[in-house]
Amino acid sequence: MTVIDRTVIGSKSETLEFEVEKGAIRAFAHALGSDNPIYFDEDYAKQQGYASLVAPPTFPSTFRVPKPGINVELSRTLHGAQEFIYERPIVAGDTLRCTNYLADIFEKEGKSGTMTFFILETRGEDLSGNLVYRSKTTIIYR
Amino acid sequence: MIKEWSGLEVDQELKLVTPPIEKLQLVKYAGASGDFNMIHTDEETAKKVGLPGIIAHGMISMGVLGDFAQKLAGHQGFVSRLQVKFTGMVQLHESLTCRAKVVKKDEEARQVDLQISAEVAPGKYATKGEATIQY
Repeated sequence: MTVIDRTVIGSKSETLEFEVEKGAIRAFAHALGSDNPIYFDEDYAKQQGYASLVAPPTFPSTFRVPKPGINVELSRTLHGAQEFIYERPIVAGDTLRCTNYLADIFEKEGKSGTMTFFILETRGEDLSGNLVYRSKTTIIYR
Repeated sequence: MIKEWSGLEVDQELKLVTPPIEKLQLVKYAGASGDFNMIHTDEETAKKVGLPGIIAHGMISMGVLGDFAQKLAGHQGFVSRLQVKFTGMVQLHESLTCRAKVVKKDEEARQVDLQISAEVAPGKYATKGEATIQY
């Protein structure tokens, strides 16, 4: 049983900086079972016009930014939904500054009782302040 | 499998079946992603919170769908939007049948919209959503 504290809506994490490394892209793409050379072979990626290896579309989930306003036991949470919106592809060599915002909290009745939904939004910018990607995460506490 | 802009047409349906998801892949994904929620790697933890056993990270099924969409995009396009709902669990040894259907091709914006899904059995969806490829 949790008590919803709606006053935490709008709270913002610290902004963390992430360097996108070639090895991290390769390990992530490998764990997904991918064989797309744009994630593995830098010469190939460059031939396609990219500055370096390209990050797979879900790669920003490796940027571990604190989740403001979510203080519940991790093993009781489920990932309900996820969205990524890109202004451009992320490539190795990028440095991204990422910030999380708690956009909403609400409750729903489920089969096993009340579930609490946390909606978290992330903004990732380059070092010049240009938006690179946004993401939206729905976390369900049951 | 690679389609590029010219090879993608509205109503086209594409399919990809992954190998079964085994514990080694979950451990690799935990390490590569930094998601160490132990319901994805430790049976005892999973059962303690009422799950039938270890379940795969939802982000693996989304990641596989993203990889599928990027593969279809070819190398002139990139996945500019990926959105999913996690509608069911993926348990150990299950394969994902990934489907993508072209629902819109916008010549002006140079965008292709896909409806995407991953099933563990016919009609039993783990993940459902949409992707946009930008050329």
